[in-house]
Amino acid sequence: MGLAIIDYGMGNIKSVYNAFRYLGAEPTVVKKPSDLRADKIVIPGVGAFGDGVKNLTPFIPKIKKAINSEVPVLGICLGLHMFFEGSEESPGARGMKVIQGRVVKIRTRLRLPHIGWNSIKIKKRCPLFRGLNGENMYFVHSYHALLKEDVIAATTSYGREITAAVWKDNVYGTQFHPEKSGGAGLKVLDNFLEL
Amino acid sequence: MFCKRIIPCLDCDLAVPRGRVVKGIEFKQIKYAGVSWKLAKKYYEDGADEIVFLDITASHERRGTMVEVIERTSEDVFVPLTVGGGISTIEDARRVFNAGADKVTINTAAIKNPQLVNKLAKYFGSQACVVAIDAKRRYITSLNEAKGKTVVRTPEGSCWYECSIYGGRRFTGLDAIKWAEEVERRGAGEILLTSMDRDGTTDGYDIQLTKVVSEKVKLPVIASGGCGELEHIYEVFKKTKVTAALAASIFHYKIFRIGDVKKYLAGKGITVRI
Repeated sequence: MGLAIIDYGMGNIKSVYNAFRYLGAEPTVVKKPSDLRADKIVIPGVGAFGDGVKNLTPFIPKIKKAINSEVPVLGICLGLHMFFEGSEESPGARGMKVIQGRVVKIRTRLRLPHIGWNSIKIKKRCPLFRGLNGENMYFVHSYHALLKEDVIAATTSYGREITAAVWKDNVYGTQFHPEKSGGAGLKVLDNFLEL
Repeated sequence: MFCKRIIPCLDCDLAVPRGRVVKGIEFKQIKYAGVSWKLAKKYYEDGADEIVFLDITASHERRGTMVEVIERTSEDVFVPLTVGGGISTIEDARRVFNAGADKVTINTAAIKNPQLVNKLAKYFGSQACVVAIDAKRRYITSLNEAKGKTVVRTPEGSCWYECSIYGGRRFTGLDAIKWAEEVERRGAGEILLTSMDRDGTTDGYDIQLTKVVSEKVKLPVIASGGCGELEHIYEVFKKTKVTAALAASIFHYKIFRIGDVKKYLAGKGITVRI
C-alpha cells in the first residue's frame, strides 16, 4: 500500500487527495485505524487542537509505530500541531509528543487568523523544499509551534517569526497548506512523494 | 512578506447548463461570461490567490449543481475556494466543504439567523466562515435621521450604510458597520464587504466604507464592488486596511488579466504573490 491520507473527521481531505492525484499518486483515504498500512502517511486537518487529537487518538499508536519504522509522515497545519505535546488552543488535550515543544497563539499585533499568502524562509535543507526558494505559501491559522529542539525547517514572518515547517528524521510538518498553495505547494507534495 | 490577495469572483447562475458565470450591473442586469470551472481554472493559471463562487440562483433545487462545480474545480485548481449563495444551514456548508470548498460565505442567512455564524465557526473553524456584507449608502441631511447608526462622511455627502439581503433585493435597516463588528464577535473569520452603490459600475471601490470597516474590525476584510481599473485596486490597498480585493467583470471580460494586475501592483510597491 502506498500513500495513506488519514481522514479523522477534521476538515477538507478532498483537496489533499486531489492534489496527490493530480501529481500522479494513488492515495488511499483511511477512515479506520485497522486499515492503516502504508509506506507514506499524510495527516491533514483544519480545526481545533482538542477535537483533532480526540478524533486522531485511535490512529496514534499506528502512526507512532510507522514513525518508528521510518515511514515518512507529513502533518499539515493541525496535523503538524498534533506532533507536539499540547496547545494553548485546547489546554489539557494531549498531542503525539513526537517533537518537543508546544503550540501557542501567535503573539502579534497583526490581524488573526493569519490568512493568506506569505513567503517562507528555508532554514534547513529539508527534502520537502528541494527546488524551492522562499516561495509564497497559503496560511490559515492563529496558532503556531514553539519548538524546544532544533528541527525548524522553514519560517515565515507575520509581525514576528512563525514556524512554517518542521523536519525531524522521517517526520515532516507544514503550517501552510501545500494543497492550496498553487504550483509551489504542489512541488512540496511532489517532493514528499519522491522521498 | 505577507501578500495582498487578488480574488476573482464567479457569480454562477446554476439555472443554466454547467453553472455559467454571469455578471450583473448593480445587482440587476445580467450578462453571461463562461462556464464556471473552466473560468476558475484559467484564473488559477493566471495567478488568482483564491476564487469565490457565488450562487446567484440560490434556489434549493439547484444546490447539487454548486457541489458539481466545486468538485470539478477542485480537481485541478489548488488555491482556496470559497462558496456563497444559498447556504443557510450547517448541512449546506458541509456539502460544499465535502465537495472541496475551503470556506463558505453567508449573508442573508447570517442576518436572519446570526447564531449561524457562531455555529459555522464552532463546527468548521473561524477560517472557514466568511460573512458577506452588501452595504448601501443612505444619505442623510441631519444627524437626527440616523439615530443609532454609524455615520460616515463621503465626498458625496454624509451617510450610513444599510445591509441588504437576497442579492440586493431587500433591505434590512441594519447598520452594516455595526453588523461587521457583531459578526467579528460571533466568530467570523473574514468579511467580504461589497458596496452596492459601486457594484458593477467600474467607478472604483467605496473607499470610505472600506476604510471604516477595515479599521473597526481586526478580521481580514475583502474589498468588493466597483473595480474597473488597475488604479482602483491600488487605491483600496493604499487607503484602507483591507488584505484582499475582489473583482469580477475586469477579469471576466479580459479587460485585465490577474497577472497584469499583480505586476502593476508590485511595480507600485504592493506585496503580491507573483
